[in-house]
Amino acid sequence: MVTWTDISGIKQKIAESSAEEVTASYLEKIGKSCINGFVRTWDRALEVAKAIDAGDQEGPLAGVPIAIKDNISTTGLSTTCSSKILQGYVPPYDAHVIGKLRDAGAVILGKTNMDEFAMGTSTESSYYGATLNPWDTDRVPGGSSGGSAAVVAAGEAPVSLGSDTGGSVRCPAAFCGVVGLKPTYGCISRYGLISYANSLEQIGPLATCVADIAALMDVIAGHDHRDSTSINRENNYSEALKDDVNGLKIGVPEEYFGEGIDEGVEKAVWDAIGKYEDMGASWKKISMPHTKYALASYYIIAMSEASSNLARFDGTRYGFRADGDNWHVMASNTRAEGFGDEVKRRILLGTYALSAGYHDRYYLKALKVRTLVKQDFDRALSEVDVLMGPTMPTPAFKIGEKIDDPLSLYLADVNTVPVNLAGVPSISVPCGFSEGMPVGLQIIGKHFDENTIIRAAYSFEQNTAHHTRRPREVV
Amino acid sequence: MVYENPDGVKIGLEVHVQLNKLKTKLFCGCSTDYHNDEPNTHVCPVCLGLPGSLPVINERAVEFAIRIGLALSCEIVEQTQFHRKNYYYPDLPKGFQTTQYDYPIASKGKVIIEGEDGERVIRITRAHMEEDPGRLQHIGTIEKSKGTLINYNRSGMTLIEIVSEPDMRSPKEARRYLDKLRSILDYLDVFNGDLEGAMRVDANVSVFGGERVEIKNISSFKGAERALLYEIMRQKNHVRRGGEIVMETRHFDEARGVTISMRTKEAEHDYRYFPEPDLVPLRVAERAPEIQKALPELPDARRERFLRQYEMSNMHARALTNEIKVADFYEDVAGKVNPKDAAVWVADILRGELNYRDLGIDAFAAKDIVTIIELVTENRITEQSGVEVIRTILDHGGKPQDIVKDKGLLKVEDDIVAKAVKEAIAENPEAVTDYLGGKEKSLNFVVGKVMQKTKGRADAREVRERLVKDLNDQS
Repeated sequence: MVTWTDISGIKQKIAESSAEEVTASYLEKIGKSCINGFVRTWDRALEVAKAIDAGDQEGPLAGVPIAIKDNISTTGLSTTCSSKILQGYVPPYDAHVIGKLRDAGAVILGKTNMDEFAMGTSTESSYYGATLNPWDTDRVPGGSSGGSAAVVAAGEAPVSLGSDTGGSVRCPAAFCGVVGLKPTYGCISRYGLISYANSLEQIGPLATCVADIAALMDVIAGHDHRDSTSINRENNYSEALKDDVNGLKIGVPEEYFGEGIDEGVEKAVWDAIGKYEDMGASWKKISMPHTKYALASYYIIAMSEASSNLARFDGTRYGFRADGDNWHVMASNTRAEGFGDEVKRRILLGTYALSAGYHDRYYLKALKVRTLVKQDFDRALSEVDVLMGPTMPTPAFKIGEKIDDPLSLYLADVNTVPVNLAGVPSISVPCGFSEGMPVGLQIIGKHFDENTIIRAAYSFEQNTAHHTRRPREVV
Repeated sequence: MVYENPDGVKIGLEVHVQLNKLKTKLFCGCSTDYHNDEPNTHVCPVCLGLPGSLPVINERAVEFAIRIGLALSCEIVEQTQFHRKNYYYPDLPKGFQTTQYDYPIASKGKVIIEGEDGERVIRITRAHMEEDPGRLQHIGTIEKSKGTLINYNRSGMTLIEIVSEPDMRSPKEARRYLDKLRSILDYLDVFNGDLEGAMRVDANVSVFGGERVEIKNISSFKGAERALLYEIMRQKNHVRRGGEIVMETRHFDEARGVTISMRTKEAEHDYRYFPEPDLVPLRVAERAPEIQKALPELPDARRERFLRQYEMSNMHARALTNEIKVADFYEDVAGKVNPKDAAVWVADILRGELNYRDLGIDAFAAKDIVTIIELVTENRITEQSGVEVIRTILDHGGKPQDIVKDKGLLKVEDDIVAKAVKEAIAENPEAVTDYLGGKEKSLNFVVGKVMQKTKGRADAREVRERLVKDLNDQS
């Protein structure tokens, strides 16, 4: 059995031994790993841990090791979005969240594997190869923050950061049996997060328990003047850790149990909703009629933004550069050789959707649908406190099963993307198993009402034992 | 007399104004004071477009843009927004330019110029904000370049693009429009027009109602006039030979004074504009009244006031108000001497001498021209001497009084003596007749009278010589 240690456990270990020993033990475990969760470790991690032991750095996360998704900029530590095109790029600056983590005393272990540029649901499109699911190494860990979820599930890091554009934190959290939060849009500064689809994405924490999610949010959330979309709003997330759902009104969107849903998943989720009822909450079915259009809207918006965001990777200033007789040929060759197939597919589709003559039919229409999807959420969340449903319609699928069928991969995001279109917060917590694989319960809240979904998730965790099951040690 | 515009010339101008008086760039805190510094020293993750960096709007730039919009009698839009203009070029570090599209900050304005046949209104279509790209330095010419260096110091500088309607009918009117625009911008104190690249012009021109041709790479107002003269001639000749003008973009070769075809309409870019997701829309109309109140007196208003307050000619009023520095200089002088004298001396004489030497009004001290005007009006030096003093100061430096002394320009003695001599001759006909009749001593009597008139300040020998000369001339 893999050992999972939460933040309080880490602090106890540090008190008993030292931050250096704790970090060293994680680095040792990572060194022996065969799940390909980390794409690189940080050669200064032990140095930082030593400084903490020496009392040079204090803070709420003093000595707590953390894994960072490979699209969050870290000074002095290569950040590549798991793409060939960013090989060798070492950011000269820290993302806002990294600065916050360093100030809080966290020890960055290294960067985790992901779908190239966060474009995927399986972490198979990485330049570094697929990450394996610790529960079953024949299966994907989900994506795109597959590395961040898998290393937590495998006990290679107690906590991690991912990013969620259309489910990229919640999906791998569900597939790997850990907790993952996608905060409200504007809750956490995106400064330093390498953009895939700016209007949709947020950085989010992954952990083995809800309390650690709250602890991380207390450190990384909050206003940053460098991100114009970040909101100035104080909140204490750990205060929400109360075992109390009495009177909580739950809405269950019918549309989240659509065609192709796995029976085991469906059962686990309904059992969870039943459990909430036992705990004093009430639930009712609710309709989110525009859910079926969300996926198309999401992909058009995300790809359109991506086609522009990824234009800067031309080999001129940083990263990989191919040969070419002149700048245009060099840039073209760099992009041809540097990007993988899925990234190219999305750049092409996004470019197409924004082109003159198609812009109104695709991009503009997608924006209109987005407004309708938002209205679904506004309406639903005016009737109930939270929405619940399966995070993913199926448990983790087999490696190679869907990678050649992009459309079926896109369809897997059906329950997660509406949340990003609406900008509301959502958390995935383990709620059972299907085919021996973890199932995630998605709890969606109102804008900036993270505390209600954290409280709901925490209460569930306190009254169930799903989160106590661990994957077998993989060697 | 009405201007016939025989060739049906229509000229519209797009002027890029770099707001180099802002302390920082449009979207980052980098200093704008780079003109004398090494390449790539005024850069940061934002203006280098490093992955993960985000733009933050410079509020002062927005204020400057509103100020310009109001000064051009534009409407200020309720809510303005930034868009991405997508295209690949090595000077564009993000692969798109952040600019404004369908919600420009200002639109529907006007500028009044002195046209071919009197006052003419040039309509302003729009004025919008955008970021400047970096600067390419080709080793060799653009056509046969061996290599290119990129300097990103300019990247992210605030530009205001001012687009006019095709209301100008000759290169001269285009030049007048540019001069007027520059004059207004100078009054607003938003930019230093003397810095390299502070104002860049693209011109659109058509003849006989044909297709319009865009001319790029115009680097000066004089260049604009030359480019237009050439292009109008080219189009006329082409039409005369039976050719048809096609919509195209042409490059102005300053050295050869010709325009060269760059691309035709079919090859125009599709810029795939879409709203910049990293910046939030800005409410601006509500800020306009406050800024309007603080708007300085503009060239037209000041000219009107000069006409009223100083009763000068229209020509003088125009000459004295075109440049804010000249206007301020004039008012400084007019406060100390007769304003009408001041107008002649500043507008006609001083400006003429400055223009001849390609100098600005800064090259002359207001107190010096005051002294010169006083000397002339008190009749102590002649006007010609006044001009000589100005020239001497400009060419060699020095103080007016010293120059007058060194050059012996004071006419005080001389004049009074001459006058007294004339009077004495007229008043003493008997003595004059006696002298002319051979009575040398009679001359002493007349000399005595002159000495009386000059209260003894004249030199008796000089008086005698002058008398002899005058009387000899007379006889």
